[in-house]
Amino acid sequence: MVSLQHYLILAVVLFSIGLYGALSKRNAIVILMSIEIMLNAVNIAMVAFSRYIVPTLLTGQVFTIFIMVVAAAEAAVGLGIIIAIYRNRETIDATEINLMKW
Amino acid sequence: MGLEITFWILAVVGVAAALLVVSLRNVFREALCLVLCFLAVAGIFLTLSADFLAAIQVLVYVGAISILIILGIMLTREVQRGSPANRLLFPAVIVAGLFLGVMAFAVVDTPWQISGVPPVEPTISALGARLFGDGGFILAVEIAPILLLVAILGAIILVREK
Repeated sequence: MVSLQHYLILAVVLFSIGLYGALSKRNAIVILMSIEIMLNAVNIAMVAFSRYIVPTLLTGQVFTIFIMVVAAAEAAVGLGIIIAIYRNRETIDATEINLMKW
Repeated sequence: MGLEITFWILAVVGVAAALLVVSLRNVFREALCLVLCFLAVAGIFLTLSADFLAAIQVLVYVGAISILIILGIMLTREVQRGSPANRLLFPAVIVAGLFLGVMAFAVVDTPWQISGVPPVEPTISALGARLFGDGGFILAVEIAPILLLVAILGAIILVREK
């Protein structure tokens, strides 16, 4: 029997992988991909809560739809920023984009 | 029993694909592994009887966001440099491991109040009633397209040739 804990552990593992990628990578596009993995992990947790705790209310699934809307907007704007930076600086290495770094 | 086998296959495929995303050298192959991870998550949604969300996951993530990321990779010609790690490699491993440990402990230790009611299936009409019905999320539904419009306009303005 697959329980709520199985899904939550899966979500936590995926979120940790995404967290590691977002913190440790230099390529800005790979950082964006890691953030997408983290958002997917949150979606799994939301749908699992919705399925096991309030199966008839579907609240978690509604939240997941809004998370997907925000994720799509974030991917579009994020890639736009990355391409604009690449035009100006010829690099998307996050360690070299340090103009506003203290 | 079939649900259990499906869950484990999808979980292993999803976690393996996510690990490949953060460990491969070639950025383009990482993007393809990301597509595999998204597909596994769509299958996980199906095992949770969220059929509409699985379809949306395939449409939005596998169809749109992955294409956007692959386009970004092609437009930036950073593929030759691979995906190296920065100075924070070991702190990142420690932080992610600590987060994993703490959250796994919290998940296992919490007494969840599982409801025995069978889930709604199919979910499309129920979701529609929940989104647009009384006491629903109609304000959020109306704000979401404004957010998307602003995001599209912002992306166009950011990448426009001067």
